[in-house]
Amino acid sequence: MAVDAPAESPDARSAGVTSVLDRAGSVATRPKTTRVVSSETRVWARLREVWRSRELLVYLVRTEIKVKYKNSFLGLLWSMISPALTLAVYTLVFGVVLHNGMPDFVLYLFAGILLFNLFSTGIVTATGVVVNNAGLVKKVSFPREILALAAVGSAGVFFFFQACVMVIFMLFLHWAPAWSLLYLVVVGLVPTLVLACAFGILLAAINVYMRDTFHLVTVLVGSAWFWACPIVYSYQTTVASRLAVHHLTWMYFMNPLTILVMTFQRVLYGALTPPATYAPHPALHVLPHWPVSTYVWGDGVVLAVALVLFYVAMVVFGRLAGNFAEEL
Amino acid sequence: MTPVAVEVQGVSKRFRLYHEKYTSLKEKVIHAGRVPHEDLWALRDVSFEVPEGETIGILGRNGSGKSTLLKCVCGILQPTAGQVVVRGKLAGLLELGAGFQQELSGRENIYLNGSMLGFSKRDVDRMFDDIVEFAELGQFIDNQVKYYSSGMYVRLGFAVAVNVDPDVLVIDEVLAVGDERFQRKCLDRVKQFQREGRTILFVSHAPDLVRSICDRAVVLSDGEMVGVGAPGEAIRLFRERLLEAGDALGASEADAALGAATEDIAEEHAAEGLAYPDPQVTAGVPGATAGSVSRLRLAPQDSRPVRFTDVTCVLPAESGRRYVLPGEPVTVRAEFESVRPVVGAVFQLELRGDGGTGLFRTDSEILGVTCDLAPGPGSFEFRLEAVPLLDGAYDVNLGVQTARGLSDWREPACTFEVMNPGRSTGVVAVEVRAALVANGGLVVGNGGLVVGKGGTVAS
Repeated sequence: MAVDAPAESPDARSAGVTSVLDRAGSVATRPKTTRVVSSETRVWARLREVWRSRELLVYLVRTEIKVKYKNSFLGLLWSMISPALTLAVYTLVFGVVLHNGMPDFVLYLFAGILLFNLFSTGIVTATGVVVNNAGLVKKVSFPREILALAAVGSAGVFFFFQACVMVIFMLFLHWAPAWSLLYLVVVGLVPTLVLACAFGILLAAINVYMRDTFHLVTVLVGSAWFWACPIVYSYQTTVASRLAVHHLTWMYFMNPLTILVMTFQRVLYGALTPPATYAPHPALHVLPHWPVSTYVWGDGVVLAVALVLFYVAMVVFGRLAGNFAEEL
Repeated sequence: MTPVAVEVQGVSKRFRLYHEKYTSLKEKVIHAGRVPHEDLWALRDVSFEVPEGETIGILGRNGSGKSTLLKCVCGILQPTAGQVVVRGKLAGLLELGAGFQQELSGRENIYLNGSMLGFSKRDVDRMFDDIVEFAELGQFIDNQVKYYSSGMYVRLGFAVAVNVDPDVLVIDEVLAVGDERFQRKCLDRVKQFQREGRTILFVSHAPDLVRSICDRAVVLSDGEMVGVGAPGEAIRLFRERLLEAGDALGASEADAALGAATEDIAEEHAAEGLAYPDPQVTAGVPGATAGSVSRLRLAPQDSRPVRFTDVTCVLPAESGRRYVLPGEPVTVRAEFESVRPVVGAVFQLELRGDGGTGLFRTDSEILGVTCDLAPGPGSFEFRLEAVPLLDGAYDVNLGVQTARGLSDWREPACTFEVMNPGRSTGVVAVEVRAALVANGGLVVGNGGLVVGKGGTVAS
């Protein structure tokens, strides 16, 4: 878009003015994009705008991470330490003290927490993101949705680091994932990201008008939603039979994260090629005996729901975004 | 035909003013659906066009919608109705400072800002040195922005806005910050932008600045556009609005307060028998902004032989205006009352400009007018034949002195406004002729003499 400057004109350095003149030689004639500011909010137009600002997205993700760990000694390490501590506590309580009998429970736990953390960190960060960046929102024009997307993006970066830790764990415990099903990681990841973006965008906008949203989301996601997913306990061995008795299985799977978490567990924990020490493979009893297609379909349905929700979130956000600058 | 860079089409903006703001869920539930609010139209159907390469000023009182308009142009606020079409890349500086993320360093903020304006990292790399050089931040560029002084903050903001090669530059009242040298530098850059054919939208409270750099100006009043035109015209319109607003502020109340204060001080002076009032003391008098014609009434006091009963600034009647143009006459007429015969009374006149700068002082003795007053009412006139002043409100202070000391002093006794239709700025109206005397080694004939339009008598 910007007219290319002559690479290094000799006296461009000596006078700062010249360089601008060089670039601006054709202010009147150079191609210009037209932008319309109005109360109209077409989702597709705004999505295009978001796509055009994708480089900004990268910057905002970096900003989000930098700001989060600014002035902290361990910095980014915290994104790995905090889930590690969670793992340690749950493993100690459920694996050792309560002795739930799951082989290498820590990996089962890690597989679920890995995905859940991506979602929860994403939406909790996104909820507060517009309010926290009031300084930018009030002064600069850019598609505001990007802030929420950047929050989810930063959660994605933490996810990556945590995934690295998980790999180290698996190497350490001589545990291989189901190599042939590795594509399920992506199949589970995509709906999670879309869902997190949808919730993030929606909640970020609502939080500007009702600041309680942030506290509410923190509590709900951190506790209720977490326990509604089979992360610490096993669906197959703990709740499946009891839900079936009351015909409530459908309700359990209304939680879109359930199937996503189970997909991750299937790939990373329910390996079909277990280490020789486990025979027959006991992890398979912890997970339901579903064919792979069940997971794929389940994730597909969640993705569809997530996309609809995303659209709704964009519409709501578009309505509310026009007044952010005055509400902050 | 010049293409249009910014098109403001019937823009209205409504703000909801909540008498009490309910931002928590509990309050929202309790007051569900019936939150008391008032609609405030910050902008009402504002439309104008800015052709490419034009510099347009936006004038208006505080709260007239200037900043809201600029925010709509920048896309930070969405208009309630209407739309703004902007052609080209827009960079803006709204109110104090650009949008910076406090926790990041200056360097990181430059990249963040650049990408918000749609530049890639490589583009910003190329501009980076210019920006840092312009902002004069030096080593501080790697410090967190939250530790910057306000001056550094604004400098960086301005440096980013002008170095990102925008087609449209929006500046809201930012040139007032920073030291004089930096202001000069900013103005130079603004003028350079004008030469390069960029479009500039400019809000300022300094009419002089608007006059000297803008091609046209829009005047807003209570969210409505009351006019658009040449800067001189627009400034006059703006000033007239200010006068009206001043009148609306309960003239009687203001006058009463003013009268009381002036009286106190006058009394003080009378008691001390000061020949001239101490400016330190009188500075505390509330400024008289009431209008071009202000009246003060004092109750009679026995301790002073002569006192003013009424002072007015009389403007040329035929014009029907409430201000004068540079070079027009103003008469200061004082009605007074003398309680006993006074020999050798001296009437004093003082003219003060913006900020109380003393511009002119004279008295009847200097002018060779002898005033032996008989008991009873009388009147005295100072006629300023031609006011050689440019834009501004000027205070007239009036005093009367007898052999026993200052008998009465009014500060300000009355105020008049001068409006300058031309484009020159400053305080004094100087008639200027300009000519290119020699060029390319050849002497140019006298025919090349051009009479400066700005600031001279225009009728």
